[in-house]
Amino acid sequence: MNYNDLIALRDRKAPGITAADGGFRIVVGLATCGMAAGANPVMAAFKEYSAGMDNVRVERTGCIGICQYEPIVEVYEAGKPKVTYIKMTAERAQRVVEEHIKGGQPVVEFMLTENGRAVYSLDDTSFMKKQVRIALRNCGVIDPENLDHYIARDGYQALHKVLTEMTPDEVIDEVLKSGLRGRGGAGFPTGLKWRFASDNRGKVKKYVCCNADEGDPGAFMDRSLLEGDPGAIIEAMTIAAYAIGADEGYIYVRAEYPTAISRLQIAIDQAKEYGLLGQNIMGTGFNFELSLRFGAGAFVCGEETSLMTSIEGKRGEPRPRPPFPATKGLFEKPTILNNVETYANIPQIILRGADWFASYGTEKSKGTKVFALGGKINNTGLIEVPMGMPLREIIYDIGGGIPDGKELKAVQTGGPSGGCIPAKLIDTPVDFDSLAAIGCIIGSGGMIVIDEDNCMVDIARFFLDFTVDESCGKCTPCRIGMKRTLEILDKIIDGKATEKDLQRLEELSDFVKTASLCGLGQTAPNPVLSTLNFFRDEYEAHIKERRCPAHVCKKLVQFIIDPEKCTGCTKCARKCPTSAISGKVREPHVIDQSKCIKCGVCMDNCAFGAISKN
Amino acid sequence: MKKKLTAVDFHGTPEQEEKLRAVIEKYRGVKGAMMPILQEAQEIYGYLPPEVQRIIALETGTPAEEIYGIVTFYSQFKLNPSGEVAISICLGTACYVKGAGDVLEEVSKQLGVEVGGISADGRFSLEATRCVGACGLAPVMVINNEVYGKMTTDQVASVLAKYKA
Repeated sequence: MNYNDLIALRDRKAPGITAADGGFRIVVGLATCGMAAGANPVMAAFKEYSAGMDNVRVERTGCIGICQYEPIVEVYEAGKPKVTYIKMTAERAQRVVEEHIKGGQPVVEFMLTENGRAVYSLDDTSFMKKQVRIALRNCGVIDPENLDHYIARDGYQALHKVLTEMTPDEVIDEVLKSGLRGRGGAGFPTGLKWRFASDNRGKVKKYVCCNADEGDPGAFMDRSLLEGDPGAIIEAMTIAAYAIGADEGYIYVRAEYPTAISRLQIAIDQAKEYGLLGQNIMGTGFNFELSLRFGAGAFVCGEETSLMTSIEGKRGEPRPRPPFPATKGLFEKPTILNNVETYANIPQIILRGADWFASYGTEKSKGTKVFALGGKINNTGLIEVPMGMPLREIIYDIGGGIPDGKELKAVQTGGPSGGCIPAKLIDTPVDFDSLAAIGCIIGSGGMIVIDEDNCMVDIARFFLDFTVDESCGKCTPCRIGMKRTLEILDKIIDGKATEKDLQRLEELSDFVKTASLCGLGQTAPNPVLSTLNFFRDEYEAHIKERRCPAHVCKKLVQFIIDPEKCTGCTKCARKCPTSAISGKVREPHVIDQSKCIKCGVCMDNCAFGAISKN
Repeated sequence: MKKKLTAVDFHGTPEQEEKLRAVIEKYRGVKGAMMPILQEAQEIYGYLPPEVQRIIALETGTPAEEIYGIVTFYSQFKLNPSGEVAISICLGTACYVKGAGDVLEEVSKQLGVEVGGISADGRFSLEATRCVGACGLAPVMVINNEVYGKMTTDQVASVLAKYKA
């Protein structure tokens, strides 16, 4: 396919995306989360009920963004604003076809509501209004399994521009100028990484790799991008290959993402068929071969040297740096490795220019960042906002605040490598440097909201348990240091720790951070250090008063019966699995604390609210 | 993560071996192909017993111990097949104090299967799990997603009888 074919195809297909060519385009969000919520039967229902109607196209798309309303369906109609339907079912699909498509009356009761009023389009909600979609621009819009859709949205224009109008150095300069920094967590300037690997173009073998081994619990932006817009990643990798002079590349994607894998493979096959990947791309003589490699369930393989060792077919253990991958990476050849979201920004930077990209964000953190909002928040979902947006706007304006009138306690960012931002710092701008200044990181972009019902020591322990399990065991500080750290946390949670343990915890964390070989160990103590920094009073309550302020740590919780409220119905005594409750019928009961295992069955079963946690 | 070798006899068929050899052939000359070979081998056999690792070692000229090292590194690779009847017994606190440990021991004794192991015929596999969140039904045993609550050692035989072919 040459440039004229590409442009012709784009112009032919572009109107279809917004149904500007007439009729209706119904899109069903078929990312993994949509499918889990039942989007496949909804898609089938739309096809069935609209069968025989020439003016209706039912198509799949990736993640639309607002998880708790899945399955989501959007209806495009020429000359009219898009309509978003939420929590769809096969029955609802039938009504949409009858009333909206055939009858011309959008079904208001299936729409989102805000302040008691129905909102026609997701774009008009406060969830969307403050977002800027660069990386996610095609997610929830195009059919990820149809290359024509990607082309219709200017796909492969950037690659053509690069191959025909720019020298490799100009490409690197443009990326450098845009200020784009790695979105996988470390925030290293992408252009700089490319420059380091750009020596000896054409003289030595080089590789371009993509890190799609998204392992942080609570992060799903890479999966959504791969499932929603695989073409952008492939195009960006080809641009990177041209920039550093590589002819081969790998996408290392975790095996737990089957939908992402199949869509990537389809996108690679289609790009090859169109002559946009492989040999002699767009007739320019440039070659780039791309293949997939699958992770096999090892968190450490998200670290760059481990990932490369794993692609080489070995145990995915990290290597000491230097030498850096830019000089000696995959198969000992110069290699660049970027994260999925980093790549997703590249085609837009090339097409619209570094200055346009750099107009978003802060002085040192340019552009936007995708976050996966989760935990105790009303609007769980995938969002993209300009760097530097205050956390308050993300949590309250976009996220819609904390459910059930609870109070925000902290926001955990960066997964097991990150930290907790306490509620009092909610006006912190979210960018690389502002978060680093308070001991947190943006990380890959997971954002877990924690409310008053969570215990911060318990949260730290949760992440430690994860990293201890995932430590590869190669270096001693991480393998043994983290294990010992976890043991101290267990002592605190069990109410057996002393103040000396707290001091030891800090020392050990500092030691593991400094002495570990790779990023896993170097960042693993962060959840402990950051909670210690901001929530020291909770640690101290566990140690000095043997009390868990959030009533989470079971060994420190006591269930007690209020004799005023207890009617002596005996239900709790009958339900108690350890027979710890005694008392006569119609007389207040008592819990024997030495027998109680704190399972909470009594409290769940009490009809009079007489049992509470202390 | 510690992995135990299986006690089940290997029952690979010639068809499976033929498929495996085809996979190895497909990747001959491809750099770093060990991961995809192992992944596809596990798709063929359901797990990666030493017998399968040995074939891969011989065919690819890779030391067997290196392959074993890779298999045990990644949590996706399995050294044990799951039984047709997968039994897990909750050892959460509530279940434990109500005697889940005794139930576990009884099941293990009756089936001749160790915890974390599988019976010689490959029918039963037995695991101890963390709390399944059904404390009111303690002790809890889960067999192929079916939940059996308030188990006693006396009931073990009659429950297992349902699954003995």
